[in-house]
Amino acid sequence: MTDLPRTPPRFSATFTPAVNAEIRRAAASGIYDIRGGGTKRHLPHFDDLLFLGASISRYPLEGYREKCATDVWLGTRFAKKPIHLDIPITIAGMSFGALSGPAKEALGRGATEAGTSTTTGDGGMTEEERGHSRTLVYQYLPSRYGMNPDDLRRCDAIEVVVGQGAKPGGGGMLLGQKISDRVAMMRNLPKGIDQRSACRHPDWTGPDDLEIKIMELREITDWEKPIYVKIGGARPYYDTALAVKAGADVVVLDGMQGGTAATQDVFIEHVGMPILACIPQAVKALQDLGMHRKVQLIVSGGIRSGADVAKAMALGADAVAIGTAALIALGDNDPVWEEEYQKLGTTADAYDDWHEGRDPAGITTQDPELYKRFDPVLGGRRLKNYLKVMTLEAQTIARACGKNHLHNLDPRTLCR
Amino acid sequence: MQTFDLGKEGLRALNSSLHALKGQTNMTAWEVINPKGAHAIAAGVDAPVDITVRGSTGYYCAGMNKQATIRIKGSAGPGVAENMMSGTVIIDGNASQYAGATGRGGLLVIKGNASSRCGVSMKGIDIVVHGSIGHMSAFMAQSGNLVVLGDAGDALGDSLYEARLFVRGSVKSLGADCIQKEMRPEHLALLADLLKRGEAADKARPEEFKRYGSARKLYNFNIDNASSY
Repeated sequence: MTDLPRTPPRFSATFTPAVNAEIRRAAASGIYDIRGGGTKRHLPHFDDLLFLGASISRYPLEGYREKCATDVWLGTRFAKKPIHLDIPITIAGMSFGALSGPAKEALGRGATEAGTSTTTGDGGMTEEERGHSRTLVYQYLPSRYGMNPDDLRRCDAIEVVVGQGAKPGGGGMLLGQKISDRVAMMRNLPKGIDQRSACRHPDWTGPDDLEIKIMELREITDWEKPIYVKIGGARPYYDTALAVKAGADVVVLDGMQGGTAATQDVFIEHVGMPILACIPQAVKALQDLGMHRKVQLIVSGGIRSGADVAKAMALGADAVAIGTAALIALGDNDPVWEEEYQKLGTTADAYDDWHEGRDPAGITTQDPELYKRFDPVLGGRRLKNYLKVMTLEAQTIARACGKNHLHNLDPRTLCR
Repeated sequence: MQTFDLGKEGLRALNSSLHALKGQTNMTAWEVINPKGAHAIAAGVDAPVDITVRGSTGYYCAGMNKQATIRIKGSAGPGVAENMMSGTVIIDGNASQYAGATGRGGLLVIKGNASSRCGVSMKGIDIVVHGSIGHMSAFMAQSGNLVVLGDAGDALGDSLYEARLFVRGSVKSLGADCIQKEMRPEHLALLADLLKRGEAADKARPEEFKRYGSARKLYNFNIDNASSY
């Protein structure tokens, strides 16, 4: 009898070990799982697109000799002082609070050296970032932490945040472990409390109000600053159209792969749309309104390489934003800290408990012992290098498609 | 007195003129006529000047005000004095929703009633309402003082942090984590000062008010409190 072949143990495709582990964790703790980062599930993404290089019907540009420009103007619709960036890869909004002061400084350093912008976050503007970021986008969020007219006037653009890809319909979350004295002071909250930002703005509701709010911000800043409207990936056709109607100079569209400092895993994994599905709808809305290229479109959520940049632009975006990738370039999740990741019960490239403030790499923390490990000068250099590589990669593809500017990539260059 | 006809000269010209007043100026008295409910009147002023608006205003009048005293001789639309940093805003009539939203400093006086969400997310502003306030007022209020001589609507102070709420009349209901608190001598002194600065000292006495604030039970998430949200 023992010689009979046996059916090997078979795991359920529905109740996988990971699913079961989460059920056990929920049963033991009584609270949903909170984590940082973006969705980890498989989604349709830029990997599902390919470029058609030049052939008999198209001729390419010489890879090292013929120019392929990369600059981008943002905010040309109404702002007196639109932004001009050397490259179409911007740094997405990430708060001081979620990130350490030195990490914000490094983002500013790297972006400035690469000729692009950084964006504040749900914690106000820090001197580290304003001081090191030549072009700084100041987020206007439901919480309004740190909001004041002086910072509005010393930023280079204003981003009205309606939503973000990781949690469209949700507000920010920063748990007590990361509410240090400085973070508490900037947010006007008691130290150590779990900070949960509102999901809606306190003084406007809907597109008609938003139009008036944008007008007020323009009046306060004397119509100088470009005004972006950031939306999470949900109903991108209508949200883009309504943002344009409300007077946005720039629409920032964040797909569900976009990261967050902390929110419920169920929110990250089950709410929102992948950026690949969002871009064509947003571009269609702009085209239907006759506003494509007049209102610029920045897309984000899972941008990793110059190929992703080129694909996003070929689909009609004017620029992209990176968050998670920028943190990895700084040193987040680096295997050099593997021993410490193991102590936290995780491993390099899988660490996502950013809300706990115990980041071995010293980036997503407010613990001075941890963040002093992080060198903002070196981090800035790494980010600059990465941005340059992405740009070179995108140029390589564009030249192969015969394009002398990244903006000339179009859907016909793609095999879809 | 600088008189500015908003109907003739337009909003941009008004705000541009007011923004040009930096630091000290001898043009300290301004009058805005024909406001006709325009939005963002005197938004973003940063000078110790006195501006009187003769009529009712639209959204966000006196938004992000610093230093200025702004008097509205009518009623104010939504978001009056939103995110005010300092200075004083005095409304003779009523105020629509979100009055004083996210205000960080200064004093907002509403001589009539205020609609819903008065003082939403306030972060240090003082608000004195001679009449009553609507529902969800002081939602997520972080700091500052809200004084109401009349009544408060539903869900007063829902999810509030360290703001202090003083209501003389009835409160229809309290929001999550908002409780009535003891009125101690320092609160009576604070209230007396607020009533005086809010031009209401002759209308009410501090002893007539009840104080409300945060129970601080929702400051850190506890699954046993989940039904409170």
